[in-house]
Amino acid sequence: MNEDLIFHFDVDGSDFTSAGQASVQLKKNLRQLGISPDIIRRVSIAMYEGEINMVIHANGGEADVAVTETDITITLRDKGPGIKDIDLAMQEGFSTATDNIRSLGFGAGMGLPNMKRYSDSMEIDSVVGEGTVITMKINL
Amino acid sequence: MTVSEFANKNGLTCLCLPEGEREIEGAYVGDLLSFVMGKAQSGDAWVTIMSNQNVLAVAALTDVACVIFAEGVKPDDALTQTAKEKGINLLACDKDAYGICLMLSACL
Ligand SMILES: Nc1ncnc2c1ncn2[C@@H]1O[C@H](COP(=O)(O)OP(=O)(O)O)[C@@H](O)[C@H]1O
Ligand SMILES: [Mg+2]
Repeated sequence: MNEDLIFHFDVDGSDFTSAGQASVQLKKNLRQLGISPDIIRRVSIAMYEGEINMVIHANGGEADVAVTETDITITLRDKGPGIKDIDLAMQEGFSTATDNIRSLGFGAGMGLPNMKRYSDSMEIDSVVGEGTVITMKINL
Repeated sequence: MTVSEFANKNGLTCLCLPEGEREIEGAYVGDLLSFVMGKAQSGDAWVTIMSNQNVLAVAALTDVACVIFAEGVKPDDALTQTAKEKGINLLACDKDAYGICLMLSACL
């Protein structure tokens, strides 16, 4: 009876212009479920930053969002270069983004800090040369 | 004041106004998308000089009332077309962000 909802998104790493599409779609899905605007806002921001990171740093990836009675869990998986120093990457303002990416308005180094701020818990599993898995949970 | 009224009163260029009757309730200025995502509120007028496609995703996610391109920035037709389809209001103005904020301030 108590079936959890899972939304799956493929995040295309080759197309910059479509970055953010998964987040916009997720927002619509959550709205239809009647989730409160405040929660939707936090989930959207966390998801958007994660999606953008997969596009600009990891050549794309995938996202699964599970909605239960009690929480929303976002899992982001990529096969990118991995994060060497997670503590450093978590610092506000730290970014390895290129000038080209910055000129598009990204690379403020606020993505991971925003993801942590807007989720109730966040875990980063990253292996250099293999990829990164980020899990974020937002309580309902 | 609605987006449409604001544009008419101040002579801004209406690139597209699919939801022109939306109320402007506040304002946010910024070009770094992470900051905009974290700070802009639903109903704000977002003033920026960024005009790539990602602006639309951020506008949709933050649910701003409109995007105002400052300093004469003109997005390409593809962006305007997508905004129309997605129900995102786009205005443009030759003034800088400060000048636009003064106009907004007079209307809020
Ligand atoms: N999925 C990822 N794969 C590899 N590196 C990443 C990933 N996400 C983040 N990083 C690294 O962490 C840094 C900080 O990320 P973030 O706070 O989102 O800032 P920004 O994306 O603006 O650079 C990035 O510049 C990048 O070096
Ligand atoms: Mg980032």
